[in-house]
Amino acid sequence: MKKRRLVMRTAILFILAAAVAYTLYANLTKDNRMKVEVGKQAPDFVLIDMEGEKHKLSDYKGQGVFLNFWGTWCKPCEAEMPYINNQYNHYKDGGVQVLAVNVSESELAVNQFAERKKLDFPIVIDTDGQVQTAYGINPLPATFLIDKDGKVVKYHTGTLTESTVREFMEKIKP
Amino acid sequence: MKDVKCECGHVNPHGTVLCEACGKVLDEQSQDKSLLDMRYEGSARRSQTYNKSIVDKIWNFFSSVKVGVWLIVVTLVASAAGTILPQEMYIPPTMPAEEYYEDQYGWFGKLYYELGFNNLYSSWWYLVLIAMIGISLVICSLDRVVPLYKALKAQKVTRHEGFLKRQRLFGISENVDEQDIAAVKQRLKAKRYNIREENGDLLAEKGRFSRWGPYVNHVGLIIFLIGGMLRFVPGMYIDKVLWLREGETKVVPETDGQYYVANEKFILENYDKEKEDKTFEAAIDRAGMVVKNYQTNAVLYKRVGPAIPGEQPELEKVKEHKIKVNQPLKFEKFALYQVDYKLDELNTMSFSLTNKATGNTFGDVKINLYDPKPKYDLGNGYGVEVLSFFPDFEFAKDGEPTTKSRIPNNPAFVFKMTSPEVPKGETSFVAIQQTIEPLGDNQYKMAFKGIETKNVTALTVRKDLTIWIIVLGGILFMIGVIQGAYWNHRRIWVQNKNGEIWIAAHTNKNWYGLKREIESALSETKINIPNDQIQREKMDKEGV
Repeated sequence: MKKRRLVMRTAILFILAAAVAYTLYANLTKDNRMKVEVGKQAPDFVLIDMEGEKHKLSDYKGQGVFLNFWGTWCKPCEAEMPYINNQYNHYKDGGVQVLAVNVSESELAVNQFAERKKLDFPIVIDTDGQVQTAYGINPLPATFLIDKDGKVVKYHTGTLTESTVREFMEKIKP
Repeated sequence: MKDVKCECGHVNPHGTVLCEACGKVLDEQSQDKSLLDMRYEGSARRSQTYNKSIVDKIWNFFSSVKVGVWLIVVTLVASAAGTILPQEMYIPPTMPAEEYYEDQYGWFGKLYYELGFNNLYSSWWYLVLIAMIGISLVICSLDRVVPLYKALKAQKVTRHEGFLKRQRLFGISENVDEQDIAAVKQRLKAKRYNIREENGDLLAEKGRFSRWGPYVNHVGLIIFLIGGMLRFVPGMYIDKVLWLREGETKVVPETDGQYYVANEKFILENYDKEKEDKTFEAAIDRAGMVVKNYQTNAVLYKRVGPAIPGEQPELEKVKEHKIKVNQPLKFEKFALYQVDYKLDELNTMSFSLTNKATGNTFGDVKINLYDPKPKYDLGNGYGVEVLSFFPDFEFAKDGEPTTKSRIPNNPAFVFKMTSPEVPKGETSFVAIQQTIEPLGDNQYKMAFKGIETKNVTALTVRKDLTIWIIVLGGILFMIGVIQGAYWNHRRIWVQNKNGEIWIAAHTNKNWYGLKREIESALSETKINIPNDQIQREKMDKEGV
């Protein structure tokens, strides 16, 4: 009788505690709940770069992809661009691809920016925001590291330093 | 911790005050009271009896009504505090929250922000408070409803003398004959009492289900809370805003790229006193502009076949709908509501290449602010090159022109104008109502000609699978309130003790109604109307 009571009480308290814990967890993580989770397959996309070349994420299987979302007006994005460019030139033969997705700006703005910053890696424009929606981008800059199997290894938002960029590239080098 | 066997033979759980079956007073403290405390039928509220392990201690804490009431008071005070200043989601997005509160409300605003009251209703401690109320609700209810149910079920018709004597309504009559009893029984039956008989004793009872009202109410509240909790489960509740320019088609968020919506036109209508009924003329004059309608003419598309994001999807028209306030566009479990708008957003700007001296023009340039071309050739050796474009222009701290965003709120250009006279080109910086010629006087200028604008609509993308759970909780809540408030649980005992007829009665509320019922049931019989012992006590004290 007493044993049953203890078991009942423990069970009920446990269920209540679990519900409360879940609610708190879900509430605290709701702002940074990512659409694209680390360890999961990165959503595929196709975008056309400034040279008119098509880039499909799944075509880069076997290589690491450094996926960066940026805008020309975004100061931290601007700051990290030269670092990404340096490391791109260093790692491109080592099997790391950089894809810089611009968030719905005009071709003119993007071209002028790329020229001014002398960027070598392919830049694509997500004109109607489909890729941003698929990746749940906010805020900028946002960087996803995708390994050779197409899995997301890391998500980072905020400016990168040169050494972090290098570290990131090293991480996804096949 | 042993069960208690009453002299009537019924075995009661430890801590029972009144025997569940016959009502004999088991608790010694209650022995010498002249009236019984009938709450929960004197059953053993289990929380008050065991206090051993840590589990029991937590259980007992939440089982206390006192604790529950304090939790509610604290939550009420906290909720009130959240309304002193606007919550963060309602402040204008012109300034970061940490500056806004101090800027608007001084030190108090700063304190408010630092204490985290700017997001009070989603703060962890507020949720913990709500959760504790929920837990208290569950445990308080369980701890009371089970013993109460058992006690009411176990009650026997024949009650102990001590029980009857200590009821608020109690009276003794002598020389009562069987006919009187039969008549009383008949009248109680007519008043819809359930009558049970045992060795000549009577128990008339009605409205017992009203005792369950508070518990039904609590079940409703708990379902309501579960509904609120489910909103945090991914996919159950979606509330997103989608900004859409006229002519634009965009994917609807959270639909996995399945649905697209196009804004064909956004309409803002005001009341026009010429067109409305004469009655409203004065009101419209007084109020000035009164909006009559916010409307988006929307078209919903569904994607055909699979598509990878970024690829031009093949779309199939699903339906057209004029989205107005409270008239959303509905599809599957989604609804698109009109929520905001922006009128006359710049879309194109036109300039004429003009000779400053003669005023002659050499062709017009119309620039799409969302997709400006790098070069506009005007023929005959005239042309304009866009060297730089700043959609949302401002001067940065270092004095360089820069853009705040990608939205053309304040467009500015650096043009290079070429002409047969100056084939190398002249540079000119052009912003709204502002022209700078950084490299000396130019012969030509880009004369502003006009703009085209578009309206932008904002739609709320809403999906709510929890609403029916919340509605169900609300309905149960009200049923519980009605059940407990509009019915009373009344019992009348008519019992044979030592050749006398003892009458006792109890109700959980509305004693006046019970007394009237007894009076009419006992009228024209030799049974005395039972006394109200509380009233009598009061009169004794007051010396009336």
